[in-house]
Amino acid sequence: MARLEIEKLTTDYGPVRAVDGVTLAVNEGSITTVLGANGAGKTSLLRTISGLERASDGRVRLDGEDILGVPVEDIVRRGLAHVPEGRGVIAELSTEENLRLGGLWRGAEAATLGEIYELFPPLRERRGQLAASLSGGERQMLSIGRALMARPRVLLLDEPSLGLAPLVSAQIMQLISKLAAESELAVLLVEQNARSALSIAHRGVVLNLGRVVADDAAQTLSADEGLRKAYLGF
Amino acid sequence: MTRFIDLTLNGISTGAVYAVVALALVLTWRATRIVNFAQGGMLMITTFIASSVISTSGSYWLGFAVALVCGLVLGAVVELALMRRVESGPPLNAVIVALGLLILLQALAGMIWGNTPRSFPPAFSIRGYDVGGTHVLFAPNDTFTVLAVIGVAAGLAALFRGTTIGLKMRAAAFQPEVARMLGVRVGRMFTLGWALAALVGSLAGLLVAPAVFVGPNQFDPILIFGFTAAVLGGLDSPVGAVVGGVALGLVLSYVSGYEGASLVTLAALVILIAVLMIRPGGLFSSTQERRV
Repeated sequence: MARLEIEKLTTDYGPVRAVDGVTLAVNEGSITTVLGANGAGKTSLLRTISGLERASDGRVRLDGEDILGVPVEDIVRRGLAHVPEGRGVIAELSTEENLRLGGLWRGAEAATLGEIYELFPPLRERRGQLAASLSGGERQMLSIGRALMARPRVLLLDEPSLGLAPLVSAQIMQLISKLAAESELAVLLVEQNARSALSIAHRGVVLNLGRVVADDAAQTLSADEGLRKAYLGF
Repeated sequence: MTRFIDLTLNGISTGAVYAVVALALVLTWRATRIVNFAQGGMLMITTFIASSVISTSGSYWLGFAVALVCGLVLGAVVELALMRRVESGPPLNAVIVALGLLILLQALAGMIWGNTPRSFPPAFSIRGYDVGGTHVLFAPNDTFTVLAVIGVAAGLAALFRGTTIGLKMRAAAFQPEVARMLGVRVGRMFTLGWALAALVGSLAGLLVAPAVFVGPNQFDPILIFGFTAAVLGGLDSPVGAVVGGVALGLVLSYVSGYEGASLVTLAALVILIAVLMIRPGGLFSSTQERRV
């Protein structure tokens, strides 16, 4: 049984079908990447899984338990953390306050600040500063670190490389890869930068207009020239 | 010179009350981005309750405590029953609901307690301190008012800066969606924000009632002054609310003393318009744009 299973998930915004019968699975310790152009439904897919949008149809199971329809703040408590697009750090709070916030509901079982600083050393130096003053890369680290405070079992990442310099983006990707392997995390990674996402993912799913047009091992997708030209842009 | 000192002291104590009203408005604004125009009506109700409790039980402090508890409950109820429905809608909806609630509360108070303003006892003596044989315009009750404002401001600062519930409240206020994704029960934080605001508001009512009397419409000017103070300080900033309140109190006291009491409301409105035109974010503003 996969840790996260999504079956025929469908999301409508009024008359617009943003996610159209998507089925995919993510195993623990592995990374599945969701690729596709702008407007393919990638962000809507993640928002539906984490409960921010209401699904019109389908199922979402976490370790076999149905989580569709569970309120956002309770889905987190089931072990699913969502790192939103645009990083979602709270600019008015300090780095440390952002981190603490991520672990609050977990109480004593939350990760310690020390563990997160170990993973993301630059955050330690900035712990007292407002998140507004952080660079793009640091914000991304903060956003991921904050999600990890709750020791999630599933991590949804929405475009972590967006707007980052190539070198910083590569560092973040390496970290995600390491995290999945070491903490037995199931990672669902949405990316526009298909090349770098496929380089760390085990499996890839390509969306077009809300539908799955390809679902295969990451290496197979990378090798498929027709698919790359049509949907992935590299 | 004595007159100047008197006016300054008077400005500080009245400004302290404006500061408390401003704090109540800032709290609801921070929690839900709604300017609570019904705050004047809510604190009027709790002050009436205090007045009834004091006259039946004879204990000022019992009435005081009951009013604060009623404020807390009233704030929570208003948020849950009314504001919850308009929080996510267009800002004007919330304004209209708040104004409707104000009218409703004023009508209810008139039906229950009558429309004739009644006197309200001060917590402590209002006879000015004796300094060198003359009484200054500052009494033990004013000391109490100023200390109450300092206590409320310090308490709120400690709550927001020093506790996890305060951290959750701030997160819910700044980024409700992100807060929910981190497991914060945002709805509860909104309710708590309104409850706290109404508690602070009811304190303002108790502090100002001896001067203005208790009646359905007696607190309307206080709300205008409190709103001006809140805007002066930037609606988002508790520190700004306190500074804005005291600054406004001083200015209005000088206007009243040197130019005449009839100009006070006019002066407050001039300040309000000037701030909105010159520095709409207030003196202590962050960058957040105001919706109302």
